[in-house]
Amino acid sequence: MDLYIALALQIVYGIANLVLISLGLAIIFGMMRVINLAHGEFLMLGGYTVVISTNAGLNIWLAMLILAPLVVGIIGVIVERVMIRFLYGRMVDTLLATWGLSLVLIGLVTTIFGAQTATTISPPIGAIQIGDFTSSGYELFLIGVTIILSILAYCALKYTRIGLIARGTMQGAEIASALGVSTSRTYAITFGVGAAVSGLAGGLLAPITGVLPSIGATYIAKAFITVISGGTAILAGTLSASTLLGGVNSVLSYLTGPTIGEVGLLVVAIVLLRLMPQGITARLFRRSL
Amino acid sequence: MNRARENSWLILIGIVGAIFLIGAPQVLELFTIINLTTAIAMALLALSLGLVWGFGGILCFGQSTFFGIGAYAYVVAAINFGGTSWAVVVAILVAAAFAAVLGYFMFYGRVSDVYLGVITLTVSLIFYNLMRRTSGPEYKIGDALLGGFNGINAPPLNVPGNASWILFPEDVFYVAMAALIIGYFGCVWLVRSHFGRVAVAIRENELRAELVGYDVRLQKLLLFAVGGGIAGTAGVLFANGVGRVTPDVFNLYNAALIIIWVIVGGRGTLIGPVLGAFGLFYLISSLGQQTSINNNLVLGVILVVFVLLVPKGIVPTVIDLWDRKRGRRGQFRRHGRRQRRRGSRTAETRHEG
Repeated sequence: MDLYIALALQIVYGIANLVLISLGLAIIFGMMRVINLAHGEFLMLGGYTVVISTNAGLNIWLAMLILAPLVVGIIGVIVERVMIRFLYGRMVDTLLATWGLSLVLIGLVTTIFGAQTATTISPPIGAIQIGDFTSSGYELFLIGVTIILSILAYCALKYTRIGLIARGTMQGAEIASALGVSTSRTYAITFGVGAAVSGLAGGLLAPITGVLPSIGATYIAKAFITVISGGTAILAGTLSASTLLGGVNSVLSYLTGPTIGEVGLLVVAIVLLRLMPQGITARLFRRSL
Repeated sequence: MNRARENSWLILIGIVGAIFLIGAPQVLELFTIINLTTAIAMALLALSLGLVWGFGGILCFGQSTFFGIGAYAYVVAAINFGGTSWAVVVAILVAAAFAAVLGYFMFYGRVSDVYLGVITLTVSLIFYNLMRRTSGPEYKIGDALLGGFNGINAPPLNVPGNASWILFPEDVFYVAMAALIIGYFGCVWLVRSHFGRVAVAIRENELRAELVGYDVRLQKLLLFAVGGGIAGTAGVLFANGVGRVTPDVFNLYNAALIIIWVIVGGRGTLIGPVLGAFGLFYLISSLGQQTSINNNLVLGVILVVFVLLVPKGIVPTVIDLWDRKRGRRGQFRRHGRRQRRRGSRTAETRHEG
């Protein structure tokens, strides 16, 4: 019994982890049809923000939950104003430019902080006991944060005025601007929010993974696969794709080890895209957020 | 560019290539020759993406996958066979076959080009993560230990059919340069053939090509497989130039490099990516000798600057400038080209909207 609880927890954590690393990317992709190849580096910057500010004496909770999203969000807005806004409607060029940005960020961070792991921080919550098994309390906390984050995103999109404007711009930018919405400002804010969510995720994962200039590469493969399998509906897409892929990954990892788990995730995603090329939400849950 | 002028350029390229093939080992030191072998492998890799992306319009961000698979397949096969004669063939076929399988899922699923870029990139990164984990003794194919992060030593090429007659590094240079020249002119031939013209038609307007009666999915699949085979060949040469294959062939930095070669050199030409690869290889080798500027930073800046300011790449831009200098005839042609681009752009937006 305890084994099953521990295993179920592991699967839920696998899913939550995917949601956490993909949500920022999904917001930017779902709203703006921009695939941000610098997504991994936004996560990396969130991680560095937490590690550096914690080492400088800031409370770790403040650093993770407030400072990391704030810093990366501001960077996101700057990037949108300086680069992305010249490239709307040119998807391929946006991809390439954000890839360039990703290399620049890796290069800058390496130049400033060095290529090795910055001083690591330990998770602020210790292990907890489930019967005969111990489980990481911090992973439980991350599951909770992911759930709260998803609910917050849903409410913000569904019930607030900003969410309404954002959804309107997403569905028809020209009509929205004809009705007096400043679409360019909406895009800048959306990109900033997406970046902030990425920063939050990067900050939260920093105690588990440590930070490296090149750590983004370990996240982005999974994040891209999740977002593309999910399709353009931000929440429904991310959640459904994460559940499927994260579930497959966790179960296979438990049965055979992490190597096969990752391959399984990829194979499922590719077969899924053969069946549903526009992602899950183009076929199922079509009118969802 | 008209056909006659293009032909005279091709003859010039052939002559320069032949002089380089024969002359370089006479003039340069052995160390430089070994480095050049690696650069040539990179140029062949760039050529493969130049063909697939520039002429087929297939946005493949993970050409490094086929490159790496070619390199690994070569090494594993060579260790198992005890000679490299068949290992080369196996490597090229495995790389092309993998490209075909991946292409089947993408082209027959009608995945759009941006998704395609991200999927191919992801496949490469998954291979990177996968191969890094293969360090234990249980991870082996036949007699070849995969070696995880440290990779495997690559057995040097031997004369076909005689496993004990191993080629010297100078000889490997001849093989590599010959492969590049053959690959280049093979691609020129392919692009000019009926097959290549259909590929360009699909690149310009997929819907129109399909309505005219071509099987767009099969065309793209075949071109993608050919590109995969060329990238696999490049992988074999790379394994010989460096002497070792590590999971790093699949990493993000490598994938980005290939894209940058093609962007800098110019899409829609074949010589552009080759020159781009040589130029950036030289730049990175000279950057490697100092530590103050990070490679990633330089490459990132180059990529952003080219995408924003020189989106066509160096070779097409130089050709345009040349035409403008030559007066009205060039202007007329450029006008036509601009119109065609505008046409394809509206088609794209319509397709997306």
